[in-house]
Amino acid sequence: MLEAQSLECIRDDRLLFNDLSFTVAESEVLQIEGPNGSGKTSLLRIICGLRLAEAGQVLWYGESILTNREDYYANMVYIGHLPCVKGDLTVLENVRSLLDTRSLTLSDPEIEAALAKVGLASYEDVPGKALSSGQRRRILLAFIELSRARLWILDEPLTALDVQGVALMESMILEHRQAGGSVVFTTHHGMQLDCDMSSVQLGRKKEGSRC
Amino acid sequence: MLKAYYHLLIRDLRLSLRSRHELANPLIFFILVVTLFPLAVTPTPEALQTMAPGVIWVSALLAVLLSLDRLFKLDYEDGSLDQLMLSPNPLMILVLAKVTAHWLLTGLPLVIIAPLLGLFMSLPADAVSVLIYSLLLGTPVLSLVGAIGVSLTVAVNRGGVLLSLIILPLYIPILIFGANAVDVASDGLPVTGQLLFLGAVLALALSLAPLATSVALRITASR
Amino acid sequence: MWNWIQRFSSPKHFYGMSAPLIKWFSIGALLIGLYGLYLGLFVAPTDYQQGESYRIIFIHVPAAWMSLFVYMVMAISSGIGIIWQIRLADMVAAASAPIGASFAFLALVTGSLWGKPMWGAYWVWDARLTSELILLFLYLGYMALQSAIEDQRSADKASGLLAIVGVVNIPIIHYSVEWWNTLHQGATIAKFDKPSMHIDMLIPLLLMAVAFKLFYAAVVLVRTRNEALYRDRNRRWVRELIERL
Repeated sequence: MLEAQSLECIRDDRLLFNDLSFTVAESEVLQIEGPNGSGKTSLLRIICGLRLAEAGQVLWYGESILTNREDYYANMVYIGHLPCVKGDLTVLENVRSLLDTRSLTLSDPEIEAALAKVGLASYEDVPGKALSSGQRRRILLAFIELSRARLWILDEPLTALDVQGVALMESMILEHRQAGGSVVFTTHHGMQLDCDMSSVQLGRKKEGSRC
Repeated sequence: MLKAYYHLLIRDLRLSLRSRHELANPLIFFILVVTLFPLAVTPTPEALQTMAPGVIWVSALLAVLLSLDRLFKLDYEDGSLDQLMLSPNPLMILVLAKVTAHWLLTGLPLVIIAPLLGLFMSLPADAVSVLIYSLLLGTPVLSLVGAIGVSLTVAVNRGGVLLSLIILPLYIPILIFGANAVDVASDGLPVTGQLLFLGAVLALALSLAPLATSVALRITASR
Repeated sequence: MWNWIQRFSSPKHFYGMSAPLIKWFSIGALLIGLYGLYLGLFVAPTDYQQGESYRIIFIHVPAAWMSLFVYMVMAISSGIGIIWQIRLADMVAAASAPIGASFAFLALVTGSLWGKPMWGAYWVWDARLTSELILLFLYLGYMALQSAIEDQRSADKASGLLAIVGVVNIPIIHYSVEWWNTLHQGATIAKFDKPSMHIDMLIPLLLMAVAFKLFYAAVVLVRTRNEALYRDRNRRWVRELIERL
């Protein structure tokens, strides 16, 4: 499904990784591990096409993501460190706005159901600025849930989530995997996932490896 | 694709209207700066009429320049810009939506308030209508070209002055023809040439600026 | 073919190749420049209208031409760097900017000096001088953007895009300023441009133009070598070079 070939990344004159290759198949969960500063976020951004690798390429079903953006972006969703939540929009409007950029128009009941699932049941009309950071992250979870993306790329998805939030994220990933979707994520905390996970290690002297 | 344009436009308008206190600032700035000139130079009608086209146009330029920052800054800071760039819709369309919102909130008010400033600066009625036309054609170009500059500097700390340095030389042709149109109209002469030029620049900017802006945004994102 | 281009444009290869070129370009620039100046200052006839003071065109006009030429080179190199990811092109663009800005500045200063005997004032808002001034601002904007962005690659691409946007705008700006100038000049015609030139004046002018180009070539090679050394300072070929010293 997704294939990275010989990726090289240099940041601030430091070589973060070199000749890094891996694949993500359907129903696969891939964890990117490594200490702080080892380039996990950069790698995810390269996979998303937001950042250009110094060398190598990323392929989506055999075609470079840079020439095939429309198809790739229609099938993937990315969540980074930042909350993407507008303080002046209500929760419902925030979710709608995120879905609009993907040209997805869903009915109110569908969105409300997703919000209920992530624990924001009666918060539809609450403005974003009145929410805690954990609640804002849950908006993003609702967005992922509704996005109909086959590939989820998550950078530190457990940020700001409380215990229930973490459990929710984990169950969402498992569900997604069971439905045939794939997830690539990075995290410091170990995620307790009840499934087989592949792993890419960054921050070693040699290139990353698949386990 | 059109739906994405429309929704993003509405979103930006909605966001700005909800923090309404910020909306009036460029407008007040515009009026304020124009007011400075009679105070600094002389309030005699003849002098004012000579200065008027240039003063009003330069003030409009500066007002738009000041308001450009908000075009991408907030989205960059909260991560929404990433989401826009990950949209399956062409980035150019989304950029156009944001620029349209910016013009509706900044450029259009300037056009509407221009007759008042024409009054302040003793412009004859013919010149005022030409002022409106020239601003109507010119201010969208200011937003479009300004977007290129903002997309290049959005990640630079305190990039406001840098933005001005980059954008102002590019604004000069619009300034020349816009101000001249009003000047010539004060003497009752025809202005079709100048307005046609402004229209041509608008067409050029509409076709090229969103492309340049989206390329610049992707460059900025790769940091 | 592509592999050959990649190898040829590697900074390391460029560094080795450029050293003898600098020598030849500098010598050429010096000799042709001296000859051109000799012809221009001593051999070319006195101008009917302007007397001796016109002779500054032998510096002013080539400098103005070069300021435009270097901007073109900058824009094209940046384009190559953005589209084909050739780092050497980015280095050439970055190295050229201060040179082009200096040429623009030189054109402005010599134009101003010429203005004094011509118009009685050190500065007039003549079309060409004004266009030159705006070009200088475009250069300064480019250099400011380059230095404001920390990540080198992003800085190169961002300022490269600005240079390309600038190139598209230069004809528009030039035409607008010329038009603006004709409105406000009235009856006098700008004497800076296009008198029909006597051949004895044209030859030194063209010689100086060639000399300036060779000078630019030499200087840009030197500056690009510096850029290559600085940007690749952590790479092996630079470290080996330092160790060999």
